[in-house]
Amino acid sequence: MTNIQAGTGAAVAAAPVSADVPAIELDSVVKEYVSHGEVVPAVKGVSLSIAEGEFFSLLGPSGCGKTTTMRMIAGFEEPTRGTVRLRGEDVTNVPPNKRDVNMVFQSYALFPHMSVWENVAFGLRRKKVPGDEIKRRVGDILEVVDLVGREKRRPKEMSGGQQQRVALARALVNRPRALLLDEPLGALDLKLRQAMQIELKRIQRDVGITFVYVTHDQGEALTMSDRIAVMNDGLVEQLADPREIYERPATKFVAGFIGTSNLLSGTVQHVTGATAVLALGPSDRIVIPADGTASTGDAVDLTVRPEKITISTEQPVGDLSIVRGTVAEVVYLGTSNSYTVVLADGADITVFQQNAHDSTITAGRGDTVWLSWQPRHSYALR
Amino acid sequence: MSRRLRAALTPYALIFPGGIWLAIFFVVPMVVMLSLSLQSGSVEEGYAFAWNWHSYADGLSNYHDQIIRSVIYGLASTVIQIIIGFPVAYWIAFKGGKHKSLYLFLLLLPFLVSFVLRTISWQFMLSDNGILLGPLKSLGLLPEGFRVLATPYAVIGGLAYNFLPFMVLPMYVALERIDPRVLEAAQDLYASRFQTFLRVVLPLSLPGVFAGVLMTFVPATSDYVNASVLGGTNTTMIGNVIQNQYLVTQDYPTASALSFTLMALLLVGIFAYAKALGTEDVLEVAAR
Repeated sequence: MTNIQAGTGAAVAAAPVSADVPAIELDSVVKEYVSHGEVVPAVKGVSLSIAEGEFFSLLGPSGCGKTTTMRMIAGFEEPTRGTVRLRGEDVTNVPPNKRDVNMVFQSYALFPHMSVWENVAFGLRRKKVPGDEIKRRVGDILEVVDLVGREKRRPKEMSGGQQQRVALARALVNRPRALLLDEPLGALDLKLRQAMQIELKRIQRDVGITFVYVTHDQGEALTMSDRIAVMNDGLVEQLADPREIYERPATKFVAGFIGTSNLLSGTVQHVTGATAVLALGPSDRIVIPADGTASTGDAVDLTVRPEKITISTEQPVGDLSIVRGTVAEVVYLGTSNSYTVVLADGADITVFQQNAHDSTITAGRGDTVWLSWQPRHSYALR
Repeated sequence: MSRRLRAALTPYALIFPGGIWLAIFFVVPMVVMLSLSLQSGSVEEGYAFAWNWHSYADGLSNYHDQIIRSVIYGLASTVIQIIIGFPVAYWIAFKGGKHKSLYLFLLLLPFLVSFVLRTISWQFMLSDNGILLGPLKSLGLLPEGFRVLATPYAVIGGLAYNFLPFMVLPMYVALERIDPRVLEAAQDLYASRFQTFLRVVLPLSLPGVFAGVLMTFVPATSDYVNASVLGGTNTTMIGNVIQNQYLVTQDYPTASALSFTLMALLLVGIFAYAKALGTEDVLEVAAR
């Protein structure tokens, strides 16, 4: 079982707030379930370190282990192996009610028999905070989430967005070391979701608490996070800041999961200084940055984003990556045109062309075109 | 017929069979019983309608002991059912896993046998030298004169046993509906297991307990089978009196008047109970 260290391969993005002790640390955490006598691994060895005040996302498809990882931080699941530390303190076997982290559940999980005020006060009451302090803190947090005047409402009398904010207030009022959010916007419609993304980010800045955010929505993760851990099949594929994740995906999985990307493969023809030149077809030439390990004859997978590619009907010149193909489809998308181009080896390439100046279509179906991009926009993938 | 008219009539058409059924077999007997309760006369001379309210006063003054006893037995059996039934419902709802239906079926299995037959089998089990008490007595663990049959314990026990599923099922439904994430949320918000139970599980299960009490207290209080099979002369309940008046003494006015008195008492009791416990505010107080 391999143990993927945080940021393996790609450069590790610096945590935004410097602190001596990380808010949350996972050390080679493994979670296995036994089902019908068979051991089923959900998390196969995750190590990461989340800094104080950071907005950290666990991103991945369903079943990738992101929720299990979060539930181990919350204490709802005990790791099969490995250590969970909060501010340096080993809490691996500490039950959730004794951990100074709070969770916002996917379905909110508000107490249906209590008013908004009682819901929010629940944690403080259990911690035996004095009554007048509870009153003050509940009042303050309801102001932060903009729910003043709705204290006496029942959860079922409120909209999804309002329930979401109650769930947020109920967790934040305890001033936890970290707030764990499990797909908190999943049940909201698109408009509200976008509004809540901005709202969440604002609240996080205001209260300065570490947020750990679980989502399968790459847009959400890219918008809000300081750093993202992309998970797949129980392992962290890449851990970096949003720009790095998008611009320089480390693995095939990350390239495919985040945004639209084109996957190509070729063989290294020769290495010149800092670049390696690959060949696909007879008139094709791809130049990529060489990391020093590439040598002639290596098979390499690489990716290039659709918006980095220029499409033209004449062969471009210069030190570019250039491939030739035939237009299979042109789709008008409003702000851009999307071309699907088939290369000589049968690979499909998607190209976005901005409608910046005029919406003229460069080429139609069946036309032969050249695609070109800067060498620094394509990378070899692990 | 226009579509709108048909749509407007559909609900009435749907309620019609049930409505007719209730009218014939519920309302008519009630009216007949009411008029019976107001008759005067005797078995020998026959009864005639006479706006005779005396049966009510006589019934109350002659049989208030049995009425009070019935309410006490009904309450006691209901409390026992809550104490026994809640853990059962809780266990099936939260620990039953894949076999919930099986456990519910097992709970209901004895109730596929006739009510009277089950009570008679209790009589057999509890008899003075029967399979339970006999061996204990011959071992000297119990005194020779010890008995359970014909005591209030036998009657209350029988009542508690016979109506148990009607207590467990509504409680199970209420517990089963609780979202497990809500329990996790309570734990996440620093509640211990006991506090989670007290502040969240218990308040959320109260509607089920409430329904269970309604469904068991009323039939237990007006029951006569348990008292006649398991009880003795000192455990007579109001149901036995009414049955006796109808079928043995044939004093129809008194029997009818007692039936109405019992019904009125139960209705008042239920309304007071619903008023006191049936609102959501109770849940909130319980949760605090």
